Amino acid sequence: MSEETTFAERLLELAAEEASGADVEITVERTRLSLTRFANSRIHQNVADDVLRARVRLHREGRTATLTSTRLDDEGAHDLAVRAAESVAVAPLDPGWPGVAPPSEAGDVAAVDHTSWDATPDDRAERVGAFIDAAAGLEVAGYCRTIAIAGAFVNSAGQRLTTQSAEVAMDGVARLDGVDGVARLASGRLGDIDGGVLGARAAAKARHGVDAVELPPGRYEVVFEPAATADVLLNMSVYGYNGKSVHDGTSFVRVGEAQLDPSVTLVDDAPASGSAYDPDGTPRSRLTVVDAGVSTAVPHDRRTAMAAGATSTGHGTPMPTWGAFGMQLGLSPSDRVAGDDGEVDGPAAQASTLALVAGVTRGVLVTDLFYTRVLDPRQLAVTGLTRNGVWLIENGEITSPLRNFRFTQAYPEALAPGRVLGIGSVVEPQPDSWASARWWAPAVHLASWNFTGGASG
Amino acid sequence: MTEYDAAAAAVQSALDAGARYADARVMVRRYESMSARDGDIENLVQDEDSGIGVRALVGSGWGFFATPDSSDSGARRAGQQAAAIAAASARVAGPTGEMVALEPAVGSWSSECEIDPLGVALSDKGDLLTSATATMRELGADIAEGLYQVWDTRKWLVSSEGHRVDQHIRECGAGISSTAIGDGETQRRSYPASRGQYASRGWELVDELDLLANAPRVAEEARALLSAPPCPAGETTLIVGGEQMALQIHESVGHAIELDRILGWEAAFAGTSWLDLAQLGSLQFGSELMNITIDPTIPGALGSFGFDDEGTPAAARDAVREGRWVGVLAGRDSAAVAGLDYGGSVRCDGWARLPMVRMTNVGFEPGPHTLEEMIAATDDGIYMESNRSWSIDDRRLNFQFGCEVGYEIKGGQLGRLVRNPTYTGIGPQFWRSMDMLSSEIVPWGTPNCGKGQPGQVGHTGHPASPARFQNVRVGVRA
Repeated sequence: MSEETTFAERLLELAAEEASGADVEITVERTRLSLTRFANSRIHQNVADDVLRARVRLHREGRTATLTSTRLDDEGAHDLAVRAAESVAVAPLDPGWPGVAPPSEAGDVAAVDHTSWDATPDDRAERVGAFIDAAAGLEVAGYCRTIAIAGAFVNSAGQRLTTQSAEVAMDGVARLDGVDGVARLASGRLGDIDGGVLGARAAAKARHGVDAVELPPGRYEVVFEPAATADVLLNMSVYGYNGKSVHDGTSFVRVGEAQLDPSVTLVDDAPASGSAYDPDGTPRSRLTVVDAGVSTAVPHDRRTAMAAGATSTGHGTPMPTWGAFGMQLGLSPSDRVAGDDGEVDGPAAQASTLALVAGVTRGVLVTDLFYTRVLDPRQLAVTGLTRNGVWLIENGEITSPLRNFRFTQAYPEALAPGRVLGIGSVVEPQPDSWASARWWAPAVHLASWNFTGGASG
Repeated sequence: MTEYDAAAAAVQSALDAGARYADARVMVRRYESMSARDGDIENLVQDEDSGIGVRALVGSGWGFFATPDSSDSGARRAGQQAAAIAAASARVAGPTGEMVALEPAVGSWSSECEIDPLGVALSDKGDLLTSATATMRELGADIAEGLYQVWDTRKWLVSSEGHRVDQHIRECGAGISSTAIGDGETQRRSYPASRGQYASRGWELVDELDLLANAPRVAEEARALLSAPPCPAGETTLIVGGEQMALQIHESVGHAIELDRILGWEAAFAGTSWLDLAQLGSLQFGSELMNITIDPTIPGALGSFGFDDEGTPAAARDAVREGRWVGVLAGRDSAAVAGLDYGGSVRCDGWARLPMVRMTNVGFEPGPHTLEEMIAATDDGIYMESNRSWSIDDRRLNFQFGCEVGYEIKGGQLGRLVRNPTYTGIGPQFWRSMDMLSSEIVPWGTPNCGKGQPGQVGHTGHPASPARFQNVRVGVRA
């Protein structure tokens, strides 16, 4: 039995003693987060933490309280149980309590890669060094991050689950004359993260970005590289395919309707990241939210499911007031063609992206989107900026670097039927800066994107 | 074993492992939040978080390690780990590692607090939120939400240079919002600000906000926005309300003057800054009406403290004086790289995170006008208030903000309500166009400033008042 499971069982006993008859959920998670950060071509921040945290959620006599703590010696654990019992006795009524998860088996999840699990500061520094070397003199900045999570969930209904996952991510820019090029990748396997390949890609993009010109704002055909596609996936997931938002009526999603282009299939695949259960203790599952353009399903946790008269899909998040949504959403790629996954010289970086560029008469190649914010969730109207490389495409060729744009665009409109002109065949998992989310993103070719301003305003 | 003992043990352990400088922070934080929706409690969270974070400098390489185990053995292991990580940094080390000199501080500090927020009964706090949200729901809100948050933080800092500082900071705040759902869009109104109002004060702040009295207006305004005409598009005279101005300052001044951004330390994530250190002291950032201070000594403001997390005593400093850029937010290491002689703006969001350059209280000094005078002096323009969306580029130049509500101004009077108001611009052009500034300063608190990797959520304060700008592009839409 793991350290986390032993502790969770002990805490369950303590909580049950202090709050007799209560619904009890215990989550214990040990997270080892290490991040080696570099700027001006040197490591300037190098951090690690190793944190065991427990969460107790009690529901008794119509009231709910959730307490967490990192003070988990014997005294701290007992104190946590006592405080939880005290809090639930005086907490306000909670009519939306959905009950605790019934016992169920965890599904198949990706096995943990032990080289990632045991990654060292030297492993990260080695990748940073390779990134810097491959940039061949260009100034670079970024990070190499490893996260290892071991957890246990138990509840008073007999649910017992454990999880183990690891992720490695690298994200860096190379800089030349005020122009940045980026390379970014996440994986469950340390061996997949090659600082040399990523550094060379970032540097190539920067070198092809100098002497950029400003293009007038307006609607342009675009090819998004995987980093830009990831932002579309994130916002579609958080604001669109979210059980709470759909139930509230603040989402554009209408299940059963062909809302997106037939080439679009969106699948959230949390088990692929190694995550076994959500914060309610519901086993994670693979969920297709869009099938060939048709909105087919909405993610739920237990609370949103009860409100909507649905069943939890295991998509609870650490921020329950945000609702239930996928944090591993992917856009299904097109069929592979031999050679598509190779690196190519020039701004497009990847052969699969370059194949989409070849289909553009006049348009814009966008590497990355930045600081995107929702103006209205119902339309999923978003403003933001391009970043880390933009180029003009003419007659299937990349002809000139461009200065950054501001855009204001409704994302579902950009993916609407007839608006998706191509999807890349290679998925590049993109890390998220703020959480253990991952966006499984290929390049996409869109008929129109609304650039509302340029670098000069 | 006291918290000071644990921090001292960690520092000594790092020195024993080869560090030439080390500091350690033991922190204990209690956090409580409650959210309500449509008259019911939606979520109640109570967190107790404690641990130790150690920063070590080996050669010119920095390392940081954090653990919740602040026993003597746990603290010593953390010191060793921090030194080991610093040694790994040396594989790709840079030329510096120096810090500006600082007299070791020894002292204690506590924020002002009349009513302990954690001492207020949960039932009373719950009644406030459920009543306010029920009222909004009854008066037309499709979604009525309320939230309060409380942080009670104690921290102890020890450094190898002799710092011994402990602080007790209590912060809290609250807010309500109403969302009306129309045909194909939503409209939102909030009070007292889009994310609530927060301060380094006790529950007396929440009492003063009087959420219940404002609930009906918030619900009715959200509903009214659904049928309001859209904000006109074009260039016009813009008056920005105080709460939105706080965010404008935060995004386009506060982040731009962070020295770590200026030096490129945030280049890959948060971004850099359009400001060039060679122009510090000479660059005309904005109009002569613009005076911005960096002031962590403002009583009760959310970015206030006695000492920053490197032990530098709080002190006020000018950032912009009569429109000229004269100061930065700095830490001891970034200041040394830049050739400056002051830090004082370094904080971490908990024991598990590395201290970094953060805003304290960055905001206006009062101007000579009032909002009423500004409106009266405007023949044709738009007034916008309450933030709804915010976006700015990685150099802090090109911004676009959306507000919850706008009003046309015609002939010196507020006119029609308009929906979906947005404005966009380029920082220095915008600030140079400011021709009226109100004296009605409020120290708005921002409890959700994201920065750093791993991510940290900072608490910042922004004294702000309404201001008027010329030739601003408004009404950008999808």
